[in-house]
Amino acid sequence: MITSSILLSIITFVYGLAALLYICAWVFKKELPGRLATATTVIAASGNFIGIILRWIESYQQGIGHAPLSNLYESLVFFAFCIAVLYLFLEFRYKLRVIGVVATPLAFLAMAYTSLRVDSTIEPLIPALQSNWLIAHVITCFVGYAGFAVAFGISILYFIKSSRGGLNGGFTSKIPHVDMLDELTHQMVMFGFLFLSVGIITGAVWANQAWGRYWGWDPKETWSLITWLIYASLLHARLMRGWTGKKIAVLSFAGFVAVIFTYFGVNLLPGLHSYQ
Amino acid sequence: MNKSVRFENFTNRVWKFFASVKLSVVVLLSLAATSIIGTVIPQNANPMMYLQKYGETLYPIFNALDFFDMYHAWWFRLLLGLLTVNIIICSIDRLSSTWKIIFPKKINFRAGRFRKSANRVEWASDIPSNQLKNAYESYIGRHFRHITVQKTDNGLLIFGEKGRWTRLGVYAVHLSILLLVIGGLIGSLYGFEGFANIAEGESIKSVPLKNNNQERELPFTLRCDEFSISHYDSGMPKEYRSTVSILNGQKVIHKADIRVNDPLRYQGINIFQSSYGRIPADSFTILFTDPDSGMEYEKRASIGSRIKMPSNKGTLVIEDFTTGFSFHGHNIGEAFLCQKIPADNKADTSNIVIPLSYPRFDRMRGGDFAISIKDVEFGYYTGLQITRDPGVPIVYVGFIIITIGCYITFFMLHKQVCVELTEQNGRTNVMLACVSGKNRPGMKTATRRLANRLQNLQNMDER
Repeated sequence: MITSSILLSIITFVYGLAALLYICAWVFKKELPGRLATATTVIAASGNFIGIILRWIESYQQGIGHAPLSNLYESLVFFAFCIAVLYLFLEFRYKLRVIGVVATPLAFLAMAYTSLRVDSTIEPLIPALQSNWLIAHVITCFVGYAGFAVAFGISILYFIKSSRGGLNGGFTSKIPHVDMLDELTHQMVMFGFLFLSVGIITGAVWANQAWGRYWGWDPKETWSLITWLIYASLLHARLMRGWTGKKIAVLSFAGFVAVIFTYFGVNLLPGLHSYQ
Repeated sequence: MNKSVRFENFTNRVWKFFASVKLSVVVLLSLAATSIIGTVIPQNANPMMYLQKYGETLYPIFNALDFFDMYHAWWFRLLLGLLTVNIIICSIDRLSSTWKIIFPKKINFRAGRFRKSANRVEWASDIPSNQLKNAYESYIGRHFRHITVQKTDNGLLIFGEKGRWTRLGVYAVHLSILLLVIGGLIGSLYGFEGFANIAEGESIKSVPLKNNNQERELPFTLRCDEFSISHYDSGMPKEYRSTVSILNGQKVIHKADIRVNDPLRYQGINIFQSSYGRIPADSFTILFTDPDSGMEYEKRASIGSRIKMPSNKGTLVIEDFTTGFSFHGHNIGEAFLCQKIPADNKADTSNIVIPLSYPRFDRMRGGDFAISIKDVEFGYYTGLQITRDPGVPIVYVGFIIITIGCYITFFMLHKQVCVELTEQNGRTNVMLACVSGKNRPGMKTATRRLANRLQNLQNMDER
């Protein structure tokens, strides 16, 4: 019987393959590798989902059943799944395969990090995590992070495209117009912002239940607020004259750096969230 | 220029300053940047620790800038205040024009805007325009809230509009931020945050506050009846549970179990499981060893008891117990803190530390007897966070409104549609265009989809 951790290790490579295929389709401007890339990503996302469900079942078989959203390993696996699903949605909606060039490597990196660095044993829940808010909090946060990850990817495409002065030709010809990229960044940031807001809110309600205060300036809380503030300023900056394109892409970059720091960097700082 | 005009110019400029989006962006980014400080520098720690860590040059600078409690510093509060004023002024500034869009006196459609739209779709049909008009009018009427039909020189225009109210979404988000600020203020003005360690069987009537050295009277007496821990097979903690009683005088009026994530809320006071520790229960054995003869004397004692030392060498008072004693910077673990009172009253009293893990520790002192303590039975104390925050309901309402507001602002559109029908050589030319308040890439797809539906509509009519 295949275990969830073996399945998820395999899925890591499937994401890697999908990333390669998207890059091939982009570089050689061919339809076939593009279609294969889409199919591979669908397989990877489905396998990723099955892996999550399997892990859930395994935790019950070990008598410590809980939703697989309780530690760094499980959250990274879920993060990769969110990125893949969100990207596939974008691809089907806007018929844009080129975003896969930046989105699937992000899913691959998240999964690769789990297999290299993170302990994958299923642990029982410590008292602080025994709450239904855990599920709501983790799901909303990571759906939000996935939105920001895709926005970050699109911003990379923006820089590639605009570094060539928006000229069509060569590698950049398949990248949509900068206005479209700017608009898509905005869309993904709005999506991420809504979910991050709900993520922070569910976290606050949970903290009020577990620790007796809804906000305590704990490093993780503060960094999630920093992320929220950066994206809030991005959303407002678009209303200012002259603030489009490059400046927005820079803010989207900065925002994603804050997301990464909220996620990994905070473990280096002292605080209540550092058990992750 | 007379004075009142000049004053008006000044107030206008101030108003414009506070209403500007530029200010919002600057304040939001400043809040983000400065918030980093408090995550790098531990907040509200011991001044000695700061002095050790940052040295004598940086410490006074950081201290003057309130970096050690920066989220309550005047400059951080000033930024929050600026953001609040900015939100209020800019919302008032824009609300009147938004209001006119949502509740217009006279609905005014400009066909030119639709005719020039890049997203427009055009096709021709064999069906006469009046027949198409009926089908389209009823379809658009079903899907759009407001509908108007206008005649042109060679045809007609059908306009539909919906979702005007969605323009209010952003005001809801701004209102919710104000609610969070108000809720937070109420909490800090009328609430408190305290912490108490209560040993099993003990009770408290007031609780020490966290941020200052004051105590807060509770409206009841709180007693810890029992504290228990359970573990998983792997040894990881599974549950911390305090069984507590609420007393009115001597009478128990409520009993409850408090666990992590399962607090007790009683008379507006919230009690949370926060930490625990063990303390020596009633009695233990004190062992006096004569360093010369090796003779041993045992006595039973408890915290607070005064023990006569053998050979009339004085009195030992067991004063206190600590879970971690620091000896020359090393934590030597659980220890009893005692005081030795000499028999003749001439020599000074001396303090003695008796660590549990190192029974030979006291030999180093070189006293008349080496003292150690054994057979200690332990009980638990529970660490409870005790709070009151009347601002929470307002904050929670803010949470709900911000979620709904963000959803409306980001994903619902104020949408207008226009269908133009023109007769030409017995055929009807159809032009369809959709515009929205925000120009979205999804608009093009939405227009195409609507065009498909309208075309299907006419096919159905032909059948």
